[in-house]
Amino acid sequence: MKSLAELAAIREKMKDRVVLREGQGDIRVVVGMATCGIAAGARPVLSAFVEGVANEGLSDKVTVTQTGCIGICQYEPVVEVFEAGKEKVTYVKMTAEKAKEVIEKHLKGGSVVSEYTIGSNQ
Amino acid sequence: MIRSQVLICGGTGCTSSGSKAIQKAFNEQIEIAGLSEEVKLVQTGCFGLCALGPVVIIYPDGTFYSRVTPDDVPEIVSEHLLKGRVVERLVYADTGEEKVENVADVSLSDTAFYKAQHRVALRNCGVINPENIDEYIAMDGYAALGKVLTEMTPEEVIDVVLKSGLRGRGGAGFPTGRKWSMARTLVPDADQKYVCCNADEGDPGAFMDRSVLEGDPHAVLEAMAIAGYAIGANQGFIYVRAEYPIAVARLKIAIQQAHEYGLLGKNIFGTGFDFDIELRLGAGAFVCGEETALMTSIEGKRGEPRPRPPFPAVKGLFGKPTILNNVETYANIPQIILKGADWFASMGTEKSKGTKVFALGGKIKHTGLVEVPMGTTLRQIVEEIGGGIPNGKKFKAAQTGGPSGGCIPAEHLDVPIDYDNLIAIGSMMGSGGLIVMDEDNCMVDIAKFFLEFTVDESCGKCTPCRVGTKRLLEMLTKITEGKGTLEDLDRMEELCNYIKQNALCGLGQTAPNPVLSTLRYFRDEYVAHIVDKKCPAGVCKSLLSYKIDREKCIGCGMCARNCPANAISKTDYTAPGKKLPAMAIDPQKCVKCGACMASCKFKAISKE
Repeated sequence: MKSLAELAAIREKMKDRVVLREGQGDIRVVVGMATCGIAAGARPVLSAFVEGVANEGLSDKVTVTQTGCIGICQYEPVVEVFEAGKEKVTYVKMTAEKAKEVIEKHLKGGSVVSEYTIGSNQ
Repeated sequence: MIRSQVLICGGTGCTSSGSKAIQKAFNEQIEIAGLSEEVKLVQTGCFGLCALGPVVIIYPDGTFYSRVTPDDVPEIVSEHLLKGRVVERLVYADTGEEKVENVADVSLSDTAFYKAQHRVALRNCGVINPENIDEYIAMDGYAALGKVLTEMTPEEVIDVVLKSGLRGRGGAGFPTGRKWSMARTLVPDADQKYVCCNADEGDPGAFMDRSVLEGDPHAVLEAMAIAGYAIGANQGFIYVRAEYPIAVARLKIAIQQAHEYGLLGKNIFGTGFDFDIELRLGAGAFVCGEETALMTSIEGKRGEPRPRPPFPAVKGLFGKPTILNNVETYANIPQIILKGADWFASMGTEKSKGTKVFALGGKIKHTGLVEVPMGTTLRQIVEEIGGGIPNGKKFKAAQTGGPSGGCIPAEHLDVPIDYDNLIAIGSMMGSGGLIVMDEDNCMVDIAKFFLEFTVDESCGKCTPCRVGTKRLLEMLTKITEGKGTLEDLDRMEELCNYIKQNALCGLGQTAPNPVLSTLRYFRDEYVAHIVDKKCPAGVCKSLLSYKIDREKCIGCGMCARNCPANAISKTDYTAPGKKLPAMAIDPQKCVKCGACMASCKFKAISKE
């Protein structure tokens, strides 16, 4: 290694890999991954969130994790978004496509995609 | 795309409790579950909670699993990694038994054990994979070396270290910046200088240096290169115990990786600065942790101390100006450079800055490694972080500084711990071993234990240490056998002070400390051994006797079957209401092992 720039390049490249371990981001995206969720297709939704968050460079503030059955199996795949100081948002009947929209509008833009929330689907 | 990481502790503690097998099981199960693309296994250094090993942490949620066995792994993978359901029965709870109220919230950083800690030297331990230089770089690794080489003069580096107030973490607490400054300036025309790292951690019960080397070896390498630049040296040596195989292996890997990246070797960062590091394995002599003996040993000679002056900064390794710092001291350096002297000096007390790592052991719930700001009280460490004394016993004393230190009694629990306060109460910081003792520990026996250690480890070069410690041990042995006299106590004190003043090196000068401090705080226990011929804690065998209460004994004979010396037999007496005659112990045959007492279900046997 002959320059500080090279060192910085490695640091940037590796940052994503360790940032997971630095604790929770400001926003927590929780995907329901119980049997019901997985059967309804939660896995592609989870992957879409994980990839989308990384690609959009949101890893610093958004943590994607999974949880068990939330109890509303008929609405699976369920995704909940927790943000400090704000009310929890519950998205239902999610797909990978809808996930991309949520990343774009909600996680990046800050506005809830209300048509996918549980309130609009009851 | 990785969405979850499984961190498995690969420190010595967890490795010996089977973390390698767990890693293998995770590999297999993750493969079976088809999660190889999204879950990554990372082997890390010590998390600090060694008593609860093997330890596994799953991120991003930070769930902390303790005492994991390979049989638990399929459940963790299928429940947690696949379905996101925490395996509650394996989650660490603060007390080990209490029900966790909300398992989703039990992340490592929320536990009482971690909350009061402040991790500087241990910041990467249990966070990064120590065998991967890239992960260290991701945590700002080698940025301090880059900054030093490209932006700072050696004088500026020394100035920052001086201003930070960092003092040697090996025990004596000499200001690190002063040491560096002396090595830079005292011999201006030196053709060669050396940077040494003391990783010869020998205090019984101390393992913080091992954990740093195992968990974050690059931090030490980086700091040594910085020290080399500061004093004008291009060669470093790490003197590490051969009994630390994992630490040695990871150091070798780290040195090789640093070479491949050009972070060690010639012309680092294209600045023309060369620096290389070699390992030297110590054969395990305690005296080789003393700086001059360590350097003599690196030179290939028998590890014996040399008189000072000349100090190593003038005439050290191979007769050249040398600095020798402890592992933990080095581990602080890169962050001091990056975050500044003021940041470091903002932690700690007036004269002791920063944090200190303690290896917590003995009669304490959370055996392990803790790092706290200087000035934290012993009570906080023992009661809050350490979780207190198990089995409802009472705190009697804490031993700091290993064989060179002393015992701190309960009355000093609230003294803020720093270098100067510990010396004032008759102990010393030492490298950071902290052994907690409860009412079942006999203080005379403790003093004897440490004296036995120093007698064994005395190199024999100077008479006060070689003969003096031996005589001291003889007097202590006499007391534990009930043959001591009160005059012995005064003679012991006199001899202790003589050894302190006249021994050649730190080993001898501090060897009497365990005796002096127990005499100071627990003189009544010595007196009980001498005058009453009793050991109040019930430890010293010669003063113990086991007795069977013939009114309580039902004559089942369980004790006699367990007695290894055939010292127990039936008597003629049968207690009222009992069917069989009571048993009795023959004191002539009794070896005082306590097996009878442990086997009696009717609490009929007692010792006094």
